[in-house]
Amino acid sequence: MLAARIRKERRSASTTYFVLDVSLDVSPGITILFGPSGAGKSTLLDCIAGLTPPDAGRIALNDEVLFDSTTATNLPAQKRRIAYVFQTLALFPHLSIEENVAYGLSTLPAEDRRGRVAEILDAFHVEELRKQKPTAISGGERQRVALARSLVTNPRLLLLDEPLTGLDAALKTAIVQDLRSWNAAKRIPILYVTHSREEVDALGERVIALENGRVISHGAPMDVLDAPRRKQLAQAAGFENLFAGTVLDLREADGVMRVRLGESACEMEVPLGYASAGDRVQVAIRAGDVLLATERPHGLSARNIIAGRILSLEHRGTMVIARVDSGVVFVVHVTPGAVRALELTAGKQVWLVLKTHSCHLVE
Amino acid sequence: MNMDALLLSLRLALCVSAILLLIGMPIAYWLAYSNWRGKFLLESIVALPLVLPPTVLGFYALVAMGPRGPLGKLWIVFFGHGLAFTFGGLLLASVLYSFPFAVQPLIASFEGVDRKLLDASAVLGAGSLRTFWRVILPLSLPGVVTALVLSFAHTLGEFGVVLMVGGNLAGVTRTVSIDIYDHVQSLEYAEANHMALVLLVISFAVLSLVYGVNRRVWNPWPAK
Repeated sequence: MLAARIRKERRSASTTYFVLDVSLDVSPGITILFGPSGAGKSTLLDCIAGLTPPDAGRIALNDEVLFDSTTATNLPAQKRRIAYVFQTLALFPHLSIEENVAYGLSTLPAEDRRGRVAEILDAFHVEELRKQKPTAISGGERQRVALARSLVTNPRLLLLDEPLTGLDAALKTAIVQDLRSWNAAKRIPILYVTHSREEVDALGERVIALENGRVISHGAPMDVLDAPRRKQLAQAAGFENLFAGTVLDLREADGVMRVRLGESACEMEVPLGYASAGDRVQVAIRAGDVLLATERPHGLSARNIIAGRILSLEHRGTMVIARVDSGVVFVVHVTPGAVRALELTAGKQVWLVLKTHSCHLVE
Repeated sequence: MNMDALLLSLRLALCVSAILLLIGMPIAYWLAYSNWRGKFLLESIVALPLVLPPTVLGFYALVAMGPRGPLGKLWIVFFGHGLAFTFGGLLLASVLYSFPFAVQPLIASFEGVDRKLLDASAVLGAGSLRTFWRVILPLSLPGVVTALVLSFAHTLGEFGVVLMVGGNLAGVTRTVSIDIYDHVQSLEYAEANHMALVLLVISFAVLSLVYGVNRRVWNPWPAK
């Protein structure tokens, strides 16, 4: 269990341009630290690891105080027994995989060290790379080695700073699975930093959302991310569509209200929020939640059917990004198959179909 | 050819590079990693021998080492003889003179080591001494070779400081460069040419080694 209260200012000569001011508790299991870049995630990890001293606060792990500004306690990083996997991984380029992993075990007798290294290399499926140098192995293998090197020391806390960036989904899932099985027995707190919505869904037991150096919400992934409370978080969480709108009327019995988007004639029904007619609101919609139809659909439960015209289609691997003008411009994700089947081209008349509850209200 | 002079020069250069490596590493470490605001002052002092005429440096070294100088007096108390015009005095002056040639490549290579590797070493439980031996030093090997070789070559070729502090005593302070000067003064151009050629070849070989290591012609950490 980690309990941290941290205040840290980043200053230039004349001004303070960033303030991290957070208070968080991390219990055993994986906790995601989620937020846009520049939110202070890495600074927070550096403070917990002891690489950067906070200006004020208190950091305690289990019952040991690692840092306390009131008593001038500051345990150096090498004594904290906290594992930290950096975004760049920071494997030692001049040492073999085996030597890298054994690096944190220098106090053990040689025989124990060999045993522990072999065991963890096996657990992370990189046993056969023992003698290789880090430059000679693949990105995914390096990530596994970095995890093994951190975990072999039996740390009391694991900090992961976007360790799986740049890996494909299948590899990511496999590595996360290995991490989970390792932690099933140890049950240490793991603080996992990411700005990727997918990783939150794949890993999340708990999420702490950080923005501009402050914790803006925490809880289960669905609660934190699916009801974004702030515009910036909505963007970070993968809402490609973000519209300013005006509330037209409230239908409290139905639990909905009508909103006019921007200055356009485009109206839509969204879940009832704390607003009254005439209020300005923000509506966030994921591009993947919008359906496209080439004829006006009938007999659907979806309450928003909006006519529009395709502006452009952009092919991105297995996904096509369509931009549709309906008075405001919607971004819609469709598959290449759908583009072919519906014969979608720029300029074509389409209808957008949106469930009321796919439209999220942002404060 | 005067083998005495050549051997003396080689002995002096070897001793100087060894001493400079030993005292240069902690100083370079401090200059590379300290956050002290007044660091630039020490950096200037380190670089001073690069811009001072050797005669100026030699002059002050001679004054300090003379029987009335602070260093000379101390030396007489401990060893019973003066420091000026001895191999010891020559060694001391040469260390001062070649100082930046050892320290600056070390600073550059220490600073070139990725800070994240130092952070990784710390969170893995290593103190700064272990981090230095296991991470910084191995990754700075080209810088260490450069420092060794440059201080060696620079000491081998020095003239002004040697003349001021060491004088010209055969077998004690008469180095190759002094010997060449002597020959030229006596119009013995053939002998001067021999010694000069030897120096030229050694200097070229040494510089090729430095550039070769820095261009990774001999990579100290080949990928297996």
